[in-house]
Amino acid sequence: MKILVPVKRVIDYNVKVRVKSDQSGVDLANVKMSMNPFDEIAVEEAVRLKEAGTAEEIVAVSIGPEKAQDQLRQALAMGADRAILIKTEETVEPLAVAKLLKKVVEEESPELVILGKQAIDDDSNQTGQMLAALLGWAQGTFASKVNLADGKIDVTREIDGGLQTVSLKLPAIVTTDLRLNEPRYASLPNIMKAKKKPLDVKEIGDYGVDVAPRLETLKVTEPPKREAGVKVESVAELVDKLKNEAGVL
Amino acid sequence: MTQTGMDTDVFQAFVVQLERFVRERLVPAEKETEKLNRVPDAILAEMRDMGLFGLTMPEEYGGAGMNVSQYVETIRILSWASGAFRALISINIGMACSALVKNGTDEQRKYWLPKLADGAIAAFALTEPDSGSDAAALKTSARRDGGDYVLNGSKRYITNAPFADMIIVMARTEAAALPKNAHISAFLVPADTPGVSIGKPEEKLGQNGSQIADVILEDARVPAAALLGGEEGTGFKAAMQSLDAGRICIAAAATGYAARILDCGLRYAAERKAFGQPIAQFQLIQAMLADSKAELYAAECMIRDAALNADKGRQVSLEASCAKMYASEMCGRIADRVVQIHGGAGYLKEYEAERFFRDARIFRIYEGTTQIQQLVIAKNMLRRMAG
Repeated sequence: MKILVPVKRVIDYNVKVRVKSDQSGVDLANVKMSMNPFDEIAVEEAVRLKEAGTAEEIVAVSIGPEKAQDQLRQALAMGADRAILIKTEETVEPLAVAKLLKKVVEEESPELVILGKQAIDDDSNQTGQMLAALLGWAQGTFASKVNLADGKIDVTREIDGGLQTVSLKLPAIVTTDLRLNEPRYASLPNIMKAKKKPLDVKEIGDYGVDVAPRLETLKVTEPPKREAGVKVESVAELVDKLKNEAGVL
Repeated sequence: MTQTGMDTDVFQAFVVQLERFVRERLVPAEKETEKLNRVPDAILAEMRDMGLFGLTMPEEYGGAGMNVSQYVETIRILSWASGAFRALISINIGMACSALVKNGTDEQRKYWLPKLADGAIAAFALTEPDSGSDAAALKTSARRDGGDYVLNGSKRYITNAPFADMIIVMARTEAAALPKNAHISAFLVPADTPGVSIGKPEEKLGQNGSQIADVILEDARVPAAALLGGEEGTGFKAAMQSLDAGRICIAAAATGYAARILDCGLRYAAERKAFGQPIAQFQLIQAMLADSKAELYAAECMIRDAALNADKGRQVSLEASCAKMYASEMCGRIADRVVQIHGGAGYLKEYEAERFFRDARIFRIYEGTTQIQQLVIAKNMLRRMAG
């Protein structure tokens, strides 16, 4: 079985995000970038399936700038066999990403696509679902456990107040939640080996997909600073404040 | 000859992973390491998986082939966590690797380097109850007996001895003291050789988790193939070859640890309130923080410069000693100030500052005391002046 794992280069989760002064977006100059943590979980799950003998080949793919090769190399060091970078310096929205991934799926014919449920930069949580719709494949989103056997995959999903297990026919799309696994560190010997693994660099033009943005960002602002609370003397005062100051009653 | 080391992009990718590994795995394991007085097996296994034991071994033997700058940087990053973790790899990537690569026979390289790169732990046994830096007085003997050597003597304060798979034993092959210590030979002794026993680990002031102990040799018989380089009298020279890099390494360890200690002091100062405001707002606290930062920065610059020059193939005895002396003294000063910033809390075991203070003390002693570094620096100054 071949597994395709899309990974995204995002701002590192430890970085305190700053908004550009013109409110056009967040400042990415000299900011540490990393693989989207949910995608790391996806790579780890694919590698575990390969180690268990269930999968034979793992292909990592990224759509992003030249430097996204760093994240693909990390995927290779974690255990992916080869990688594809579809190079673009532009922002690509989830639908365009899903369309590009559909083309890659058609070329590579994987039986399983595992990807993060969302990227921690725009938190869209759309790509996996859109890709499933475009391909007409089954989808198991927010996976906290997967079990692959007999041509189907059971995906345990985290839902409000509990767990739900769905059984999907292959080929299928799985999006990962935080508790699916704990990704490994790429070791020094494996980082060295990863350099020798194949990494194809493609252009968006190679796929004939319209990636023009459909959304317009009007402005990006910092969340409001949290202000200190106040103590009230009585219930009556609380109700009064909620009515007349907060305007929520 | 310039040492190029690993590809820069591969090294940078490793640094990213290592920084995470240190903060997410090693730092949380510090308390258990301190309590057990050894690195927990699971963590040791992870360190092996990460490839930390083979940083400097050539790629053809399963190592990473780092140059001095790269492995010094690796040690600096690793030393954000307790010195117990670094101590485990220190002989492998330093003395053992250098001696085997520069002086070993082909057979010795092929046998030992892949094992060491994989995580077999090495120890280096030079010091004895009656001799340390004064190698002429070394008593442990190696007597030739047919195709073997028979080793007798005792070694003291041997780092990693209780965990070691291989011990590099320095022993006399000549009764008389020869010029340039040519009476000393080095032997690659598997730790399970009959006649080799390890004493009780010493109780130390700090750096718990790293262990030192005596190594006792009683008619320990090794084949002649265990003689480093297959030639008697080259042991001392082999040991001295990694001295400069070893000193830069300890400087890097002290610098990495000092950064951690200062970070702890800074956070405490920002959180702890007195007279209605964080103590970091008081100028006398700020002076301690500022002095510490400037000294830390100076040490960082020194280790990088010394390593860079070593990689260019230059003689760096003076620079290595300057870096080792300065960084170890600096680490001690920062540990002291951070206890001071903590006030009474800094004296309590509950706070990390107390452990940092104890751990930092050894940096000024091992790999040549501050006083030995002063002698080396002055000697090199006079030699350079004389041309």
